[in-house]
Amino acid sequence: MWIKCPRCGEILYNKDIVKNLKVCRKCGYHFRLTAEERLAFTLDEGSFVEYDSRLVADNPLNFPGYPEKLAEARQTTGLSEAVVTGEGTILGYRVVIGVMDSRFIMASMGAAVGEKITRAAERACERRLPLVLFVASGGARMQEGMVALMQMAKTAAAVKHLDAAGLLYISVLTDPTTGGVSASFAMLGDIILAEPGALIGFTGPRVIEQTIKQKLPDGFQRAEFLQQHGMIDLVVPRARMREILGRIVMLHVGEGN
Amino acid sequence: MPTILDFERPFVELENKIAELTSFSREKDLDLSGEIEHLEKRAEELKRSIFANLTPWQRVQLARHPDRPNTEEYVRMLFEDFIEFHGDRCYGEDPAVLGGIGRFNGTAVTVIGHRKGRDTRENVSRNFGMAHPEGFRKALRLMHQAEKFGRPVITFIDTPGAHCGVGAEERGQSCAIAQNLLGMSALRVPIIVVVIGEGGSGGALALGVGDRILMQEHAIFSVISPEGCASILWKDPSRAQEAAEALKLTAHDLLALGIVDEVIPEPLGGAHRDPKRAAALLRERMVQHLETLKRVAPEELVRSRCAKFRQIGLVSEEAGESG
Ligand SMILES: [Zn+2]
Repeated sequence: MWIKCPRCGEILYNKDIVKNLKVCRKCGYHFRLTAEERLAFTLDEGSFVEYDSRLVADNPLNFPGYPEKLAEARQTTGLSEAVVTGEGTILGYRVVIGVMDSRFIMASMGAAVGEKITRAAERACERRLPLVLFVASGGARMQEGMVALMQMAKTAAAVKHLDAAGLLYISVLTDPTTGGVSASFAMLGDIILAEPGALIGFTGPRVIEQTIKQKLPDGFQRAEFLQQHGMIDLVVPRARMREILGRIVMLHVGEGN
Repeated sequence: MPTILDFERPFVELENKIAELTSFSREKDLDLSGEIEHLEKRAEELKRSIFANLTPWQRVQLARHPDRPNTEEYVRMLFEDFIEFHGDRCYGEDPAVLGGIGRFNGTAVTVIGHRKGRDTRENVSRNFGMAHPEGFRKALRLMHQAEKFGRPVITFIDTPGAHCGVGAEERGQSCAIAQNLLGMSALRVPIIVVVIGEGGSGGALALGVGDRILMQEHAIFSVISPEGCASILWKDPSRAQEAAEALKLTAHDLLALGIVDEVIPEPLGGAHRDPKRAAALLRERMVQHLETLKRVAPEELVRSRCAKFRQIGLVSEEAGESG
């Protein structure tokens, strides 16, 4: 199996690229990851225990076509929702972790995603563990209307509780992080990391271009741009992510966690 | 010239006719009172039947009605001794958000709201009520100030959404909205949110996390504009009417969904037909909620506010397939 790098056009052998954490050897392009890949690249092998795997969306507005859309997303991804949450260890340090998967309706946030993120934060509080969220999302899930929008407030309040408990929350912004998710828990980390080249913003670039009727400069709303503008702490290449996360957690809990 | 919506036309035409007849009868000293009374009755009935059967799309049009009372006008009608405060102490002043302090029913309060204009010139200068990050940051600054002095906060929501543009992104639109959600969820003074017009997505919610969310009868609150929804979903913005129905964005829909706490009635024909009456109806309910909330201890206030948002969209494990 061969894959073409969407940035430099290099033809890459599938096995090689997985070995390289799905980063193009030639240009450093970071391919989007599935939740399963992200967990495998981040956590110590065999350490993951999933939370709330049976928690799924219903159709609060009876939005036409939504159940079919959900069924299709479940079918193609094998996931029950757009976020996988649970517990595991990074370099031996125990964390609560959540990983969003953009293949699932652009990892949009409806009630189930909001609830899973909130519960993950609550479990981090109960167990006094750090929370690490790998964020990717197109925003609030339109088909769940205001129920989806309100998940922004609900997850922000959940982060506030972690904060009040003096616990560490690291959000890692990956490609793409936009809309209502970027404007809630994603941007509320004590420490905000991002993957190189990740698109991060409130309004997507296409909508901005249509609105201002101008072409946006190269690199606009990319992770490096956000770091330059003081919005995130650090851009971390995938190859170093596990080590950096482990080191941050280590510096917060000391040794012998 | 007032704007007349299509569905308003039948009774507005009748009302104009009544006005004509009245002045005609006065001029010519003719007694047309029987006829006028008959027409008035018909206009009233017509209005009643039209407003009893409004479609979601018609409510969208009412919520965006150019003559609908805006934040500034409600502030003038509802508060005494109001003083406007400017700036986020960080980057700039955003005219799309109005903020300040004043007295409401005897209590000193902080007032914040999206600021739409009355005409095109005003709207341009206020960016049609679409805030930049500095507008949201000004709002949060004023809320923290309110907290320090134990003042309740009253916010008015009326915006198509947060501003979309290069500067807004560079200065952290996402971050500003997120900070407001977090800040409001923990604020140790009462927050009453009143949706008076258009509640447009994240830009609206950034002033919308409160102990009470009150919504005027013809206001809307939506995750996305119906036009935006239709163009994403069906690649056809002209299907906005359909989207307006699917999105459940009306006050009564949102009350049923448990998103808002109360629907506040408007004068027959909508707030723009009688702004003073609309303000009086608002005042009555706001007074009651404020008096209740003033008696709640700060810890309990924050706890129950968070609990209220916590239970929105509680999903059961049994729903759908097991995985
Ligand atoms: Zn490449």
